[in-house]
Amino acid sequence: MSLAIDIRALRFRYPGAAGDCLDIEAFQAEAGERVFLHGPSGSGKSTLLGLVGGVLQAQQGSLELLGHDLSRLRPAVRDKLRADHIGFIFQQFNLIPYLSVMDNILLPCRFSLRRQRRASEDEGTSLREQALRLLSHLQLDGIEQVSVTRLSVGQQQRVAAARALIGKPEIVIADEPTSALDADRQTAFLDLLLQECDAANATLLFVSHDRRLARQFHREISLPSINRALVEHSGR
Amino acid sequence: MKHLLHLAWRSAWNRRLTLGLTLAAIALSVTLLLGVDRLRHEAHRGFSLSVSGTDLVVGARTSPVQLMLYAVFRIGEATANISWESAQQIVANPLVAWAVPISLGDSHHGFPVMGTSAAYFDHFRYGDSQSLVIQSGNPFRDTFDVVLGAEVATGLGYRVGDSIVLSHGMGEAGLPEHRDKPFTVKGILKPTGTPVDRTLHISLEGMSAIHLDWVGGAPMPGFSIPGQYVQKVDLTPMEVTAVLVGLKSRAAVFRVQRQINESPVEPLLAVMPGVALEQLWQVVGVAERAMLAVSAMVVVVGLSGLVAVILAGLNERRRELAILRAVGARPRDIFLLMTAESLLVTLGGVLLGILLLLVASLLLAPHIQSAYGIPLRTILVSPEELKLLTALMAIGLLAGLVPGYRAYRISLTDGLMPRI
Repeated sequence: MSLAIDIRALRFRYPGAAGDCLDIEAFQAEAGERVFLHGPSGSGKSTLLGLVGGVLQAQQGSLELLGHDLSRLRPAVRDKLRADHIGFIFQQFNLIPYLSVMDNILLPCRFSLRRQRRASEDEGTSLREQALRLLSHLQLDGIEQVSVTRLSVGQQQRVAAARALIGKPEIVIADEPTSALDADRQTAFLDLLLQECDAANATLLFVSHDRRLARQFHREISLPSINRALVEHSGR
Repeated sequence: MKHLLHLAWRSAWNRRLTLGLTLAAIALSVTLLLGVDRLRHEAHRGFSLSVSGTDLVVGARTSPVQLMLYAVFRIGEATANISWESAQQIVANPLVAWAVPISLGDSHHGFPVMGTSAAYFDHFRYGDSQSLVIQSGNPFRDTFDVVLGAEVATGLGYRVGDSIVLSHGMGEAGLPEHRDKPFTVKGILKPTGTPVDRTLHISLEGMSAIHLDWVGGAPMPGFSIPGQYVQKVDLTPMEVTAVLVGLKSRAAVFRVQRQINESPVEPLLAVMPGVALEQLWQVVGVAERAMLAVSAMVVVVGLSGLVAVILAGLNERRRELAILRAVGARPRDIFLLMTAESLLVTLGGVLLGILLLLVASLLLAPHIQSAYGIPLRTILVSPEELKLLTALMAIGLLAGLVPGYRAYRISLTDGLMPRI
C-alpha cells in the first residue's frame, strides 16, 4: 500500500525557542489507514498537525504527503496541497459564523478546484447535492440553510466533518473532535466519521487524549513515544 | 478572487453595525470634501459667468475687488459714488463704444434695486456673451417703471402690472420705505443664473425721483414732492455708483484705464473684470485651500476610523482566519480578504457620500442661489471630482493594507491554531 504520510528524521524548532519542539525519527500512515494519535497537551500535537498541514516547515528531515516532500515546497504550494488533499476537523468553533451550513461545507471547494471537481464528478451530481448527501449521511437533513450559530455543538462537529470530507480528500485530520461532546454523542460522531472516511477511502489521523476511543482504529500511537524532543525539553 | 469578495462581503455584513457606522462617517466626510470643492468651483463659475463683454468697470477709488463685488455682484455696499460729470466724461471718450451708469443703494425685500439707463439692456452681457432677454413685458420707459430679475419675480410672486414700494438702503427689514412713490412692474427678465436675477432695475430718473425730497437717508420733514410732480423737476442724477464701459477696441483697454484712473475731476478707479476676479480668487484662495485641507483631514479621520475598527475586530477573528487557512486559504488570500473589506466599506462610503451630496444640493440649491448668488448645478460627479474620488479610493486602499498586512502576519504565526 502507498503511504499517505511519511515522516523521516523530522526536527522542528519554533523561532527563538531553546530546543526542538518535535523530533520524530519515523512515522507513517498508509492510504486508507485509521491512526489514533494520543498524548498529553504539550507533547507537540498542534505542531505536528501544523507540519502535516503545511503551515509550519521543519528545519530538518522530510515529511512526505502523498509523495510530495513538503520541506522542499514553497509555502503557496504547501497551501495548495493542504487545500487539495487534507480535510481538517478541530476541537470546536470549526465553522465560519457568518456563513450558512451549506456555505461552510462548500468552503474547501472554493479554495481547491480539485476538491470541487471530485465533489461534483461523482455520479454526475452537483456540489450542493454532494453536500446534501454528506449532511444526510451525517444525519443532518434539512439544516443546510440554518445559521451555524444556531446549531448544537454536536451538529457543528458533524458539519465540520462534512466540510472535511467534501471533495474526497485523501487525508482527514481530526484534532480532538469529540472532546466537546458528551459520551453518547462521542460514539455516534466517531461512528459516522469512520464510516464516511471508509466510504471515501481516506486516511484518518485522529488526535485525542481519550484512549477509550482507540478501539475502532487500526493503529494507536503515543506521541510522546515517538517524539524524542520531549526527553530533553518539555516543548509545546 | 470572486469567492474571496463574496466572503469579504458576508463577513462585513455580519458586522454591519460597526462597519455601517464607519461607512456613514466616511460618507459624511466625502460629502463634506466634495461639497466644499463643488461650492468653490460653482462660485468661480458663477462669478466668471456674471459679467462678459464689459471691458471696464469704473467706480470711486477703492480696491478693485470691492468695486467688482458691489458693482457687479451686488455684494456689500459702495463706499463712495462718482459724479455725473465723471460719468459723462467717460461716455464722451472717443475710445468708448458704450457706457452704462448704474446707481445702487436701495432695496426691495432684500433684493438690490439698481438705477440704470435703458442702454443697460442693450449692452449688458453675461455667460458666453448672452444678452438679457425680457420674458414678459417691456423695458422700463417711465420714471416709475421697474424691470424685475427672474428670481425677484418668482420669489415674491410679482407679475407685470403689479405695484411695488422700494425701501431705502440695503437690508431685509426695518428700512424706511419710498411709500409715496410706488413703482409699476413693467417687465420681467428671463433667468440668467447671475446677480441680474436678484436685481430690480429702474431708470436713473426714477432713482433720483424717489430721493428728491430725502435728506441724509430719511424723508425731509415737512417737505414732499408728490409723484405726479416729479416730471417738472430735473431728474438728471447728481452721482452714480459705477459705470460699465465697453470699448470700441479691446486693445485700448489699458489706455482708457489709465485715462480714467488719472481723471482730473475726482479720484476714479477703472478695473478689468477678469483681472479683478483673479485678485478675488487670490484673496479667497487661502481660505479655500484651508477649507479643502480641513475636509481632506476629515476624510483621513474617517479612514483612520475604518482601519481602527477592522484592526480592533481582528483579534476576535483569529479563529475565523485559522479556519480559512485550514480549508486551504493562503496567507495572501487572508491579506486580500481584509483589504477587500476595507475597500468595500470605503467604496460604500464614497457612493453614499455622492448620494448625500446630490440630495443636499437638490435641497439647498435654491437657498444657496438666493443667499449667495451661487448657481449650484445638481450633478452626480464632475470629471474633476472623479479624479478626487479616485485619489480618495487609492488612499482607502492604502489604509486597507494596514489591517490586511496585520491579518497576513497573524495567519502566518497562528497557522491552524490561533493562540488566544
